[in-house]
Amino acid sequence: MLMFPSDSLITSFVYSMSALPPFKPVTSYWFRLSQNGQNELLCFPSPASPPPAAMIHSLFLINASGDIFLEKHWKSVVSRSVCDYFFEAQERASEPENVPPVIPTPHHYLISVLRHRIYFVAVIQSEVPPLFVIEFLHRVVDTFQDYFGVCTEAAIKDNVVVVYELLEEMLDNGFPLATESNILKELIKPPTILRTMVNTITGSTNVGEQLPTGQLSVVPWRRTGVKYTNNEAYFDVVEEIDAIIDKSGSTITAEIQGVIDACVKLTGMPDLTLSFMNPRLLDDVSFHPCVRFKRWEAERILSFIPPDGNFRLLSYHVSSQNLVAIPVYVKHNITFREGSSQGRFDLTLGPKQTMGKAVEAVLVSSQLPRGVLNANLNASQGTYTFDPVTKMLTWDVGKINPQKLPSLKGSMNLQAGASKPDENPTINIQLKIQQMAISGLKVNRLDMYGEKYKPFKGIKYMTKAGKFQVRT
Amino acid sequence: MTDSKYFTTTKKGEIFELKAELNSDKKEKKKEAVKKVIASMTVGKDVSALFPDVVNCMQTDNLELKKLVYLYLMNYAKSQPDMAIMAVNTFVKDCEDPNPLIRALAVRTMGCIRVDKITEYLCEPLRKCLKDEDPYVRKTAAVCVAKLHDINAQLVEDQGFLDTLKDLISDSNPMVVANAVAALSEIAESHPNSNLLDLNPQTINKLLTALNECTEWGQIFILDCLANYTPRDDRESQSICERVTPRLSHANSAVVLSAVKVLMKFMEMLPKDLDYYGTLLKKLAPPLVTLLSAEPELQYVALRNINLIVQRRPEILKHEMKVFFVKYNDPIYVKLEKLDIMIRLASQANIAQVLAELKEYATEVDVDFVRKAVRAIGRCAIKVEQSAERCVSTLLDLIQTKVNYVVQEAIVVIKDIFRKYPNKYESVIATLCENLDSLDEPEARAAMIWIVGEYAERIDNADELLESFLEGFHDESTQVQLQLLTAIVKLFLKKPTETQELVQQVLSLATQDSDNPDLRDRGYIYWRLLSTDPVAAKEVVLAEKPLISEETDLIEPTLLEELICHIGTLASVYHKPPSAFVEGSRGVQHKRLPGSAGSVESPDPGAAATETPPAVIPSQGDLLGDLLNLDLTPTTTTGPPPPTTSGMQMGAMDLLSGGLDSLVGLLHQGPPSLSASPSTTTASLYFLFFPSTLLVTSVWVAQDVCGHVSAQVWLPAMKAKGLEISGVFVRRAGVIQMEMTLTNKAMSVMTDFAIQFNRNSFGLAPAGPLQILTPLSPNQSIEPLNNLQVAVKNNIDVFYFSCQYPISMLFVEDGKMERQVFLATWKDIPNDNESQFQIKDCHLNSDAASNKLQSSNIFTIAKRTVEGQDMLYQSMKLTNGIWVLAELRVQAGNPNYTISLKCRAPEVSQCVFQNYEAVLKN
Repeated sequence: MLMFPSDSLITSFVYSMSALPPFKPVTSYWFRLSQNGQNELLCFPSPASPPPAAMIHSLFLINASGDIFLEKHWKSVVSRSVCDYFFEAQERASEPENVPPVIPTPHHYLISVLRHRIYFVAVIQSEVPPLFVIEFLHRVVDTFQDYFGVCTEAAIKDNVVVVYELLEEMLDNGFPLATESNILKELIKPPTILRTMVNTITGSTNVGEQLPTGQLSVVPWRRTGVKYTNNEAYFDVVEEIDAIIDKSGSTITAEIQGVIDACVKLTGMPDLTLSFMNPRLLDDVSFHPCVRFKRWEAERILSFIPPDGNFRLLSYHVSSQNLVAIPVYVKHNITFREGSSQGRFDLTLGPKQTMGKAVEAVLVSSQLPRGVLNANLNASQGTYTFDPVTKMLTWDVGKINPQKLPSLKGSMNLQAGASKPDENPTINIQLKIQQMAISGLKVNRLDMYGEKYKPFKGIKYMTKAGKFQVRT
Repeated sequence: MTDSKYFTTTKKGEIFELKAELNSDKKEKKKEAVKKVIASMTVGKDVSALFPDVVNCMQTDNLELKKLVYLYLMNYAKSQPDMAIMAVNTFVKDCEDPNPLIRALAVRTMGCIRVDKITEYLCEPLRKCLKDEDPYVRKTAAVCVAKLHDINAQLVEDQGFLDTLKDLISDSNPMVVANAVAALSEIAESHPNSNLLDLNPQTINKLLTALNECTEWGQIFILDCLANYTPRDDRESQSICERVTPRLSHANSAVVLSAVKVLMKFMEMLPKDLDYYGTLLKKLAPPLVTLLSAEPELQYVALRNINLIVQRRPEILKHEMKVFFVKYNDPIYVKLEKLDIMIRLASQANIAQVLAELKEYATEVDVDFVRKAVRAIGRCAIKVEQSAERCVSTLLDLIQTKVNYVVQEAIVVIKDIFRKYPNKYESVIATLCENLDSLDEPEARAAMIWIVGEYAERIDNADELLESFLEGFHDESTQVQLQLLTAIVKLFLKKPTETQELVQQVLSLATQDSDNPDLRDRGYIYWRLLSTDPVAAKEVVLAEKPLISEETDLIEPTLLEELICHIGTLASVYHKPPSAFVEGSRGVQHKRLPGSAGSVESPDPGAAATETPPAVIPSQGDLLGDLLNLDLTPTTTTGPPPPTTSGMQMGAMDLLSGGLDSLVGLLHQGPPSLSASPSTTTASLYFLFFPSTLLVTSVWVAQDVCGHVSAQVWLPAMKAKGLEISGVFVRRAGVIQMEMTLTNKAMSVMTDFAIQFNRNSFGLAPAGPLQILTPLSPNQSIEPLNNLQVAVKNNIDVFYFSCQYPISMLFVEDGKMERQVFLATWKDIPNDNESQFQIKDCHLNSDAASNKLQSSNIFTIAKRTVEGQDMLYQSMKLTNGIWVLAELRVQAGNPNYTISLKCRAPEVSQCVFQNYEAVLKN
C-alpha cells in the first residue's frame, strides 16, 4: 500500500552498505539529486553575533545611477558592501519603483524609500517596525526639502555638513530625537546665501546656541516668541479623486483623498478653532498632533495651537462611493484588427458632475502596447506626443469646453509582423477643478483665541485627479 | 560657496594639508578644516589619521565646532581608543556645563563612543544627568543607558542604572517617559526573562497619560510596550482600548499600526456580545484603508499586516474589498499583495466583482502578475464553492484568448479545481485537450498529463494523447516524466486491454533508459506491483485522493496568533515568528493572544501545536508531493528494534514485501537516551508556549580523531520543503560525531525522521537511528546528528544533501608508526604515489608545527636537520586502516613549507594536504 518512490532510494543504497565498502573514492549515483538547485540562497539571515540593538543603524543615499553618494552611521560602521544586496534587488526589478521596500541580507535588513530619484536605504539589525523606519526616512526627505528647497543629489552634496548635522540631530542611537522642522531650525539654521555671507564676515555659526524650547514644551511643534507684522492664516482644502472606471464607463472604485494644508503666520500662541458646514463627511481622518482629539470626537470642531509656518492640518479619506462625483467621462475606442498592421484610436472627453465649475489642466496619458510603432492622431485641441521608445502617449488637453468636446482621433501603426496586442491600454487622467472640493466639504468658520490682534484669514478649495484610471 | 567644494579635494597630500589647517590659529580656518574632514568621512574616505589634530579642536566654546568634532569622534574613537581617552576630560567637563544643551550633547556623544576605557568615565556624569533638573538632559541620558548597556551590560546593572531608568517611567515629562520606555524595551530585548518592564496597572496608567502628550516616535515606543501587557480582566482591557483608539487618527502610519496591534491584541479579551466590541471593530477599518492611500513602501508594509488581520478577523475589512483593487501603475510588490488579500476577502457576496477584476488583470502586461491573477481565479473557485462554476467559465474564457502563459496557468489551476470538486467539471476536458500542443512549461504539461491520466476512462483517445508525450520522453523534465509514468499506469489499470504496449514502453523507458533514480524506482515499484498483484496496484495507484481544502495558504493558527502580537514588525512583514530570523531575537518570548473572557475561542496551546494542518495544494513543481499525499498511508512503528551495530540485516530486505514498512519503522523514533543538551529545559519551556527551538543533541558513532568548526547549513529549508539541516563534524574521545540541527521552517508538523548515508569513501555509517523525540512542529528546531551524502526522511519526503567532513576526523589515535616500519613503508610505496605540496605563509617553527599536528593525530616519528632545514617525518592512520606518510620540510626564516605525502591510496593526499594547511594556519 505504500507508494513512496523516494523511499526506495534508501533501500537501494542499504543494499550497498551490507558489504564492507572497499576504499575507493565514490562517485555515487544519486549525487546529481543532491546538487539540485545548490546555488539557492537562504532567504532569512540566521543569528550570528549578538545584536547591537539600535533602531536604525546606518543610512545610505544612492542615486539613480547606483552610486552611494552619502553614508551616515549612528552606531558602528556598516560596510557599504551591504548595499550590494540592494543593487541585486534593483537589478532584478524591472522599474526603479519596483525595488522591494524591505530586503533581507545575511546580517541586516535594508529598508528603502525612493524619493526624488534618490534611494534612501536604512540598515537595521534588530527587530524594528518597518513603518517606523519608512516614516523616519520620509521625515528625512521632508527636512532636506525644507532646508534646501529641493531634495536632489546636488543639493545634498552642496550642504553635506548641514546634512550630517541634521542626521545627527534627528536620530540618537537609532532613536528619533528631533524631527519637527521647527525644532530643527532652532538647532541648525537653514543655509541661506545671506547667512553664509554674514557667517563668513562675523564668524558666527549655523548652530543655534539656545536650548530647543519646543523639544520639551507641551506644544513641541511650535516655537515660542513668534512675531509677525502681518498676521495671516491660509487653509487649502485639496481633494484628489482616485478612481478606476471600467471600459463601459461605470465606476469600479472611487475614493477621495483629501488634505487641509495650512500656512499659518501668527504672532504669539494663537489657539484656533476651525468648524465645518458638513463635518459628517469626515469619518476617516488623520490629524496633525496639534489637533485636540477629544474636542473633535465630542463636537466635530478642529481645535489646535498651530505650528508656525506650513503644515498639514489633517488628511481625510472619503470612501463611500455615492459621495464621490466623477468629474469627467471618456468615450474611447482603441482597437486592433486581427491580421492588419493598423489600429484605431478614438478618444473623446466630456465634463460630468462638475457643479458648473470648469475642468482645467487636463492631461491624458496612456501606455500603448509594445507592438505599436507610431500613432497618427489628430487632436481637436491641445497637443499630443507619442514616445516611440516608451510607447507613452501623452495628450495635453488643457481646459474642457463643454460646447466643443476635445477629441483625439486617428490611427496607430503596428510594427511589421507584430501580432495583435493582447493587453488593453489603460488611460490615465490628470485634471484640476478650482474653487471646489468634490466631496462637498466646506469650512464654516475659523476663530482665534488667546491673542488679541485680528488675523487675515483665507480658504481655498481645489479638486485634482489622483490615480484616475480608465480601462479600455 | 557651498559644501560641494569638500568633495573636490582628492589630490594627494590632502591629509597633510588638512593637518596644517586643523592646527591653524584662526578659528575660522579650523572650522573649515573640520568641515572638510567631516565631508571626507561622509563619503567614506579614511581620515582617521587626523585623530589627534581633530580632538585638539574639541576644547572650544564654539558650539558648531564642538558638534563637528563630536561627530568625528563617534566615527573614529573605536579605531583609536588610546587617543579617544584624550577627549574624556572635555566630556566630563561638558557634562557640568550650565547650558543643558551642552550637557545633553556631551552625555549623548560619550554614549556613542564604544570604547571600554571611556565607559568607565561615563558612569558618574551619566548618573548626574539621569537626575538632571532639565528634562531635555534626562531624556538624553535615558537613551544613553541603553547605549551603555549595549557596550557593557554588567556595568549598567552594577551601577544601578536600570533602577533609575525604571524610576523615569514615572517622570513628570512625557518625553522622558517615552525615552525611558524605549531604552528599557531595548535592554529587555537582550534580557528576555528579566522583569525590566514590570507592567502593572499603575505603570500602564502612567504610560497611557504620557501617550497623549509625547512625540509620535515616543507614542510608537509606548504603544509597542503596552502591547506586551496582559490586562487582568475585560474591563481593564476595554479601558486601555478606549484610551488607545484616538491614536488611530494619527498622521504617522507607524503610530497607527502600533495602535492597531494593541487593539487587536486586547480585543481578544472583550466579550463578543459587548457593544464596545462592535464599535471597536468598526473603528479599525478606516485607518487600515487610509494606510493604503500612502506611499507604495508604506502600502506594502500595511498590506502584509492587513493580510494577517484579515486572517484573524475577516469581519473588519469584509466590506472594503474595493480598496484592494489593483491600479495599473502600482509597483509590482503592491499588486501581488493586494491580489493575495482579495482572495482572502473573497466571499459569495463579492465574488462576481472579484472575478471581473481578476479577469481584467489577466490581460495586463506584467507576466508574473497575470499568472498570479489566473492562479487567484483558481483559488477563488476552491474557496467559494458557489462560485466554482463561474470561475471555471472565466478560466475557459481565458483559455480562449490563446495567450500562451495564460492558457498554461489556467490548466494548472483547473487541475486543482478537479481535485476539489471531483466529477463536476470534467466536461471542460475537451477544451483543455485542444490546447495540448501549446503547452511548453513543465508544470502545465504535468498538470495536463495528470488530468488525462485521472480521467482516462472519459477521454476516448487518452492513449493517443499520452503516447504523443511519450515520444520525447527523455527531453521532458522530471516532473513531467514522473507524471507521465503514473498517468500511463492509471490508464492501463482503467483500460488494460488496449494499452498494454504503452505501459510496457513507459516502464522500460523509466527503468532502463533513465538515470534518474526517482523515476527509475517509481518505475520499478509500478512494475512489481503490476506483475505481482494487479488488485493491489489498483488500490495503490487509483486510491481515493483526499480533497484539497480551501484555505490552502492560511497561516497556521498558533503562528498567526503570535504574528498578531507582532503587528508592524519585520516578523509581520515576513510572516515568520521573530525567533525565526532576526538577529537579536535570541530568547524572544513568544507572545500569545490573551484568552477572551468567557469564551473558548482561543485554541489550547498544546493542541494547536500538534494540530494537523490543512491539506495543501501542491505548490508549483511539486507534483511529486502530490503523489505522496495521494497514496501514502501512515507508516507504523512496529518494525524490529533498532540495530545497534550497523545496517547489516537491512540489506537483505525485499523491496516490496514489507521491506519499506519495516525500514521506515526501523528508522523511526528511537528512545531519547542520548539527548544531553544543556538547553533542554528552555526547550521544553518553549514548547509549552510556542515551540520554536527544541534542542536535542544526538550522537552518531562511526568507526573510531578533532576540529572546532562552526555549524554549516547543509540543507537549506527552501530545498527541503521547510526542513533545514545544519551541522558540524567533530571528533570527541575517539568517536566521530555528526551534530545536526534540524529546523522545521514549514507550516506543518514533521515526524517519522530517519537517516541514511550514501556509500562513501571511508565507510561512515550512522551508529544509531535518528532520535527525534517529538514531532517537529513548525519552526521548531532540533540539534543532534568528506563528501558525505546524507538522506533524511520525514513524513513529507526524503531529502538529500551532501556535506564535507574534515579528513582529520578520520585520523585515529594509534597512528604513530614505528621508525623501522616507517622507513620500510616509505621505500615500499612506489614513487608514483608520492605527491608534493607547498604550504605558504606559515610562521611556526618545526616544533610548534609538530605539536599542533599532534593534536589532530598526526604524529611526528623523527626529526632531522640538514643544512638549516628541519625535516619532520610524520605518519597518520585513517579509520579504514590506510596509512599516510609525510615528510615536512621547514626552513628557518622561510614561511613556505614543503610537504611530501606518500600513501598507497594516493587519492587521499590532496585531502590530507588541505588538512595540514588548515591545522597549521589555524
